[in-house]
Amino acid sequence: MLEFWFFIEVVLNGMFAGTMYSLIALGFVLIFKASGVFNFAQGFMVLFAALCFVGFLEMGVPLILALVIAAAIMVAWAFAVERFVLRHLVNQEPIILFMATIGIAFFLEGFGELLWGADVHPLDIGIPDGAWFVGPDGVMMVQQFDVAAAVIAGGLVAVLALFFTYTRIGRALRAVADDHQAALSVGIPLNQIWIIVWAVAGLVALVAGIIWGSRLGVQFSLSILALKALPVLILGGFTSVPGAIVGGLIIGVGEKVAEIYLGPYIGGGIEEWFAYVVAMLFLLYRPQGLFGDKIIERV
Amino acid sequence: MFYREAGIYKTSYAADQALFRIPLDRIFVISVVLFAALVIPVIGNEYWLGSILIPTLIMAIATIGLNILLGYCGQLSLGTGAFMAAGAFLGYKIATAFPWMPIWAVVILGGLSAALIGVAFGLPSLRIKGFYLAVTTLAAQFFLLWLFQKVPWFVNYSIAGVPTAPPREMFGYLVTGAEATVEARYLFILAFTVVLALIAANLVRGRIGRTWMAIRDMDIAAELIGIKPLPTKLSAFAVSSFYCGVAGVLWSFCYINTVEATAFDIFRSFSVLFMVIIGGLGSILGCFLGAFFIFLLPIFLNSAPGWVGLEVPTELISHLEFMVFGALIVFFLIVEPHGLARLWAITKEKLRLWPFPY
Repeated sequence: MLEFWFFIEVVLNGMFAGTMYSLIALGFVLIFKASGVFNFAQGFMVLFAALCFVGFLEMGVPLILALVIAAAIMVAWAFAVERFVLRHLVNQEPIILFMATIGIAFFLEGFGELLWGADVHPLDIGIPDGAWFVGPDGVMMVQQFDVAAAVIAGGLVAVLALFFTYTRIGRALRAVADDHQAALSVGIPLNQIWIIVWAVAGLVALVAGIIWGSRLGVQFSLSILALKALPVLILGGFTSVPGAIVGGLIIGVGEKVAEIYLGPYIGGGIEEWFAYVVAMLFLLYRPQGLFGDKIIERV
Repeated sequence: MFYREAGIYKTSYAADQALFRIPLDRIFVISVVLFAALVIPVIGNEYWLGSILIPTLIMAIATIGLNILLGYCGQLSLGTGAFMAAGAFLGYKIATAFPWMPIWAVVILGGLSAALIGVAFGLPSLRIKGFYLAVTTLAAQFFLLWLFQKVPWFVNYSIAGVPTAPPREMFGYLVTGAEATVEARYLFILAFTVVLALIAANLVRGRIGRTWMAIRDMDIAAELIGIKPLPTKLSAFAVSSFYCGVAGVLWSFCYINTVEATAFDIFRSFSVLFMVIIGGLGSILGCFLGAFFIFLLPIFLNSAPGWVGLEVPTELISHLEFMVFGALIVFFLIVEPHGLARLWAITKEKLRLWPFPY
């Protein structure tokens, strides 16, 4: 019985980790859907947003104000990216745009560290840090922090879903995602849409950065974590918001279960690559991911 | 005026199909190679040869490898570092298991074993395309590096886990390991670079290169005109991984002198990708230009403030270096998305007319 509860605990932990991956993956999906750009800089946007937020907090700015300023910076950043990069690269091949986002990532990394320094910044915004003990005799431990993070992530996804479904801008975004040219021809301004999408992705990055940052401290490795979001992405499909969530959960659970039950047999540390191999094997059966748009190819 | 095709008559098919059809091109390339082989070792010092030219040439080999895969066959791979590591570790195993084997054979066998691994990880490319494929190659990157770090067999159960490269001789000169002179190592690498670049230049203009390009331009259409995707894609993965593997062996045997996985992490893969795209997709010359540009740019950015007499703290410089590097890459992509090789082609066009306007 004890083992069963332990298994549940592992699965739950995996799901919590998965929601955190989903948060980062969400930013990728938003930008990929609206502009077809595979935005490598998303991880660095997470780092940059968190650095700005924690930087203002350390200067003594109140929490809410710091949040607003950091959000404003991410929106300004979206404007800058559109004005100086995307606008000049319209109609280029995807690989060129991908490359440009790697350039943006380098720039952002240097810029963030130039402004706020390269040290690890601890971040505490008052998310409860205790643990609940559930089950018979409290054999199972649930971190309150994980639950809070999952709730925030879930709330964010719900807000985004409502935004996409019911607002005018959301409809425009979905139209652009469907077909660039058709969207242009009915009068949707593509440039504005890009700004909005990058701004929303920036805000998602800010939330992800705050949650990840309060767990690990705001530091360079946050940007590496974004690589963990890639298997989540391909598992769920590049173009699907629900895919990012479900993919995140699958990867999170799979990773934790594999590490605990498989790890001892083939040497630890398999968390590093397990997600990628799972995603790769899965793609062999469904090349467009779980919820991705069906790939139709014509000559 | 100086560079022109007019007046050069080709009287045989062989002349018409030569690698360098214009004598000026041929003379230029041969003189560059001769200069690199005869003059540079004499005038170069320890720093220039050992810390700049050797790594740049090795990276150029890896860049040719990725360019074959990405620029000619259109398969995006982020696992270059892992294939280099495969070459390095398996080359090390071969070199220590068969101590009598000449070093050039070790390098080639290391490359071949990397090619085998590359084919295995290239298999998904038959079903998965584009960025999905790129992420699956990350599986190779993380899995292979993990494997080489976890399994002590690959490093002959060395306690520290980071064995030094075995010293080997060629023509009586030590060419690998820390004791080898920098000139010997440089010439050894230069020989490999020139031969491999020649082979690549001939591969991509032959039948196999044309099938790669057909697959790149549109794989379904290529299939319809009778090009089999399986052997074509896998051969691109094999040749590409072979080049990366050779680069990996040389990197750990002749440059860092140790066999360690950390030298081939994900950032190595990204820097090779940079070199391919900045140099020019689908151009062998571009590989060299890209490798030099990406490798020299940070060094230049690092020392440029010193030359103009500015005193900048090192930490600030390293941050600024990242910013300028990123901004320059974006700038280059905006100005010339087809890379430095395209700039070179434009220059040649201009030279053809110079100094006359028409």
